[in-house]
Amino acid sequence: MTAIKTLILAAGVAALALGQVGCAENAPGVTDMSIKIGNTNPYSGPASSYSTIGKSIGAFFKMVNENGGVNGRQIEWISVDDGYSPPKTKEQFRKLVEREKVAFMFQSLGTPTNSAVHRYMNKKKVPHLFVATGATKWGDPKNFPWTMGFQPNYQTMGKIFGGYVLQNHPDGKIGILYQNDDYGKDYVIGLRAALGDKADTMIVAEESYEVTDPTIDSQIVNLKASGANIFYNVSIPKFAAQAIKKVHDIGWRPVHLLNDVSNSVASVLKPAGLDKSQDILSTAYLKDPTDPSWKDDAEFKQWQAFMDEYYPDGDKTNPFNGYGYAVASLMVHVLEQCGDDLSRENIMQQAASVKDFRLKMALPGIDVNTGEDDFFPLEQAQMMRFKGESWERFGALISADSL
Amino acid sequence: MARTPAVDQPIPANPADVLTVGGIRLPLWRRAWVLLAAITAIGLTFVLEDFSLFQLTNGCIYAIAIIGLMLLTGFNGQFSLGHSAFYAIGAYTAAIMMDQWQVAYFWTLVPAGIICLIAGFLFGLPALRLGGLYLALATFALAVATPQLLKYEPFEHWTGGVQGLDLDKPVSPLESLNDDQWIYLFTLVVLALLVYGAWNLVRGRTGRAMIAIRDNPLAAQTMGINTALYKSLTFGVSGLFTGVAGALSAIAIQFVAPDSFTFILAISFLVGLVVGGLVSIPGAIFGGMFILYVPNLTEDFQGLAWTAYGIVLIVAVYVMPMGAAGLVKMMTAKLIRR
Repeated sequence: MTAIKTLILAAGVAALALGQVGCAENAPGVTDMSIKIGNTNPYSGPASSYSTIGKSIGAFFKMVNENGGVNGRQIEWISVDDGYSPPKTKEQFRKLVEREKVAFMFQSLGTPTNSAVHRYMNKKKVPHLFVATGATKWGDPKNFPWTMGFQPNYQTMGKIFGGYVLQNHPDGKIGILYQNDDYGKDYVIGLRAALGDKADTMIVAEESYEVTDPTIDSQIVNLKASGANIFYNVSIPKFAAQAIKKVHDIGWRPVHLLNDVSNSVASVLKPAGLDKSQDILSTAYLKDPTDPSWKDDAEFKQWQAFMDEYYPDGDKTNPFNGYGYAVASLMVHVLEQCGDDLSRENIMQQAASVKDFRLKMALPGIDVNTGEDDFFPLEQAQMMRFKGESWERFGALISADSL
Repeated sequence: MARTPAVDQPIPANPADVLTVGGIRLPLWRRAWVLLAAITAIGLTFVLEDFSLFQLTNGCIYAIAIIGLMLLTGFNGQFSLGHSAFYAIGAYTAAIMMDQWQVAYFWTLVPAGIICLIAGFLFGLPALRLGGLYLALATFALAVATPQLLKYEPFEHWTGGVQGLDLDKPVSPLESLNDDQWIYLFTLVVLALLVYGAWNLVRGRTGRAMIAIRDNPLAAQTMGINTALYKSLTFGVSGLFTGVAGALSAIAIQFVAPDSFTFILAISFLVGLVVGGLVSIPGAIFGGMFILYVPNLTEDFQGLAWTAYGIVLIVAVYVMPMGAAGLVKMMTAKLIRR
């Protein structure tokens, strides 16, 4: 009797398995009606000022859904908190991939956090798309074919700053503050590469901090004491704001180079004090909402209307909300390009074959291009200076190939 | 420690052990329970999906760490707020061996245990001079120093610094089991071995000495027990258990980073210990599951996760003042009286 039962059971299991193979072309989490997309964001913890990115992406998808979704499918956006803590990220990724069965992960934020799941995602062969970090390691299709970055990478940004320093302050003495992980180190590598032989003489001090540190006050005091007259500030918003304030308060007046991940007026410069932020230099690849030159720009107005309708609590001076909007538009473009084949392989393949896509909110002249060996969607940026209450761009658009 | 709950069955001949209920002796009951638990635990392998199994694996790992803490605090009366440190040492030992020297994961448990045994013993020596709250403070220092040491730059080459080490997943040697099922069963075997070890330890001569020291150090010494040696050794063995748990966690999660081993983890172990019952090994398993699942459940209260956790904790302590083990004991006692 039991033998027969076992047989029947086995046959049933086999039939189920076959049935699944038969119709499981699409990724898990994809039905005729919906696509499940997973995400981690720091809704708490030291990097929580980025959480508005997750919210603005959610708002964008809501807009897409109300307009009929992507090829008739509604987007189900599951964005969970990881507190910018790598072990938590790993746990949340497993939960989303294995329990929630999302089709893929999109825009998970942070360099240390994404590092914790880099191998996992590539072993599992789950697309790990347009991660919200600019470390260079996300563009390594040979070894990590399932992970792709989004923004211009940090080494490129570092090179742009290096070029600026060489041109305008060839005799400057540089003091560096950086976050002790691949994000911070990438910016420093880029700067050093651009300075070339002069790097060792020009860089007079390097101070690092840990994400878990409460403040960076002592690092700033040390940098000032080193005699540096150029301050290269590679820190996430919380620390960037502290640094701007401290630099001003101890009477240090260096040329201040601020990394682009912290050039939000709303969450960095305002908290630090706009008067203390004058003449800070940074880089941009998206339209900054405080830049008055976009006042009459059609695309910019579209974004404002979107904010009013779908994310009314969001701050319209915060570039992170523009960032979320931009990257979400790229994601929707890739999904549209996938057509009806929403297998994980095809999603990855389409992400790697974006041609001259006009990214919403990107600076004019910046297009998204990816390829089989090009996992860096954005590769251009422009420099800008903070004046009064807004950023003013200057110089030409600089492309990564030219550096 | 005036009102420490009595040990389950400290001495085999203890009259309390020979509870006869309706003609059935307690030892038999116990065997039935063990058998039932084993069948359930193994059965779950084939019922649960991967992520639930992964969580259960972590619960078992926590249980091992709590047993380690139980030997020290429950049976020997020494407080520790620093067991996250031993957990971290175990985890990093395993991770570094796997990452740098490509050692197979199952070989890492032994060195992790031995290193933590030595570390625990060495820490136990100076701790001899400290009692009660002062010892708690000293171990607290251990817990807060550990994450920083793991991030310390000169060690970064091995520890991976703040980003930690991302490890490869152990591959199941059996076709019929997937990797998560395999890791779960592997953990279960280690748990069973360690439970057996701990069970025998506390019921033997050594265990009696440990308990005697807890109850009255002076009397224990007059009876010829080398208090200093036993206390340090208990610290070492406690470290061993927790270290093995740490190594298992590295294997199961395939990732270690300094932020995994904060002071909160040490407190979690203490919570698991108290909630499960200070001196009950099955209680430790309950405690392990408690510290894994409860924070996961309260997480849904966005923004109030810790508050919800706190409320659950207060309720748990109120309902089970002697831990889950105490509650079970009280219930059986009531049933027997009837």
